[in-house]
Amino acid sequence: MTVPAQFQPKPDVPAWRLLLTLGLGGALAGFVLVFVYQLTLPVIERNKAERLAAAVQEVLKAPDHYDTLYVFDGALTKTLPPGGDPKKLETLYLGYTVDGAPIGFAIASAQAGFQDQVRLIFGYDHAAGTLLGMKVLESKETPGLGDKIEKSEPFVSQFDGVQAPLKGVKAREGTGDPHEVDMITGATISSRTVIRIINDALDRVGPMLDAYRASPAPAAGAEAGR
Amino acid sequence: MSKTTPQQDFFRGIWRENPVLMQMLGLCPALAVTNSLENAIVMGIATFFVLTGSSLLVSLVKTIVPGEVRISTYILIIATFVTVADMTLEALVPDIHKALGAFVALIVVNCIILARQEAFASKNPVGRALLDAFGTGVGFMIAMVMMGSVREILGAGTLLGVKVIPGRFEPWVIFVLPPGGFLTLGFWLLLLAWFHQRRAEREKLARLPDAAVSGKEAA
Repeated sequence: MTVPAQFQPKPDVPAWRLLLTLGLGGALAGFVLVFVYQLTLPVIERNKAERLAAAVQEVLKAPDHYDTLYVFDGALTKTLPPGGDPKKLETLYLGYTVDGAPIGFAIASAQAGFQDQVRLIFGYDHAAGTLLGMKVLESKETPGLGDKIEKSEPFVSQFDGVQAPLKGVKAREGTGDPHEVDMITGATISSRTVIRIINDALDRVGPMLDAYRASPAPAAGAEAGR
Repeated sequence: MSKTTPQQDFFRGIWRENPVLMQMLGLCPALAVTNSLENAIVMGIATFFVLTGSSLLVSLVKTIVPGEVRISTYILIIATFVTVADMTLEALVPDIHKALGAFVALIVVNCIILARQEAFASKNPVGRALLDAFGTGVGFMIAMVMMGSVREILGAGTLLGVKVIPGRFEPWVIFVLPPGGFLTLGFWLLLLAWFHQRRAEREKLARLPDAAVSGKEAA
């Protein structure tokens, strides 16, 4: 490629001009980006919050209202601990019926799937030890095979009412055990990932759920949340 | 190059110098995000926006930017437009933004855009640079739509999410997977090459009698 006339290196271009050009350009670009960032950030955060709220509604079977619980220091708290950043702490959601009876917890968790992280949220009735529903929030599983964990109605609907901990079985080889989930033929890894995410998450937060139910806080929380 | 008309500046990028189908530039997004028509169109719009904005600015500042730092300046300008496009898409169409993944950010290093800056916008007046960017942007969009529609129809049986193949159709899933991108691009290029060859042969045939006649006259 021939360098056009105006770009032929001229010996008299001083270094400060080069620095000034890039410095000014960079500063201008920075201003523009800050402006656009501040303009779009509230919309982006609102979208994310709406998406999460819709998912909580779905996996908890349309609760009347729900509390946001923060995982802090290995325990659940309803009030934001001092110095805690609500965006960094793991959160669970506890849904209630109209008359304040708890329905269950919505727990979001993620693990590596077949292609990339699979992130899902599931509803869990801690008293009965059964799941209420499961919704995949983010996944890049293979279209047509692995993405059935998200799109296949027969697979997704199994998570309503199944007993924890889950056990994956090959389709049509189930024995009627209430812990069993039929896996998707051709998407064993993706199906196992979903089951593993749920089982691991319950192992992790199970003790915290026990502790939270035992403490007097939930009753007070239910009153306050109404 | 300086003798082209405005029409040529515009239409060159659409057909004769189509960035994807003729110059084989920008193949990475053309293969990666065309698994549905919707994704392909949004990617086309984002690229069009970045290309037009960058060409306009590069053409405006071409006399005050020293040659030594011109490439850095182009990248700075392009990266700014790309980041603006990235944040805007995330705010307006979060689902598609997620589907496009890293490919919006990768427009920064899209060689179509850098090529237009170095080869055209930095040497031509603003009006012509804009026409050239419009043409190239539309050309890229056409290529994306050609890829996206074929892959979505065959791979999912839908177009823009609407079912277009009636009856019991088992989607050819391979067309929404990466190999389907290569297959689709290959078939489009084959078709276009065949078309070009036929036209070239017709033109040669049309010229032949003239040559024979003038040859006789010379004799």
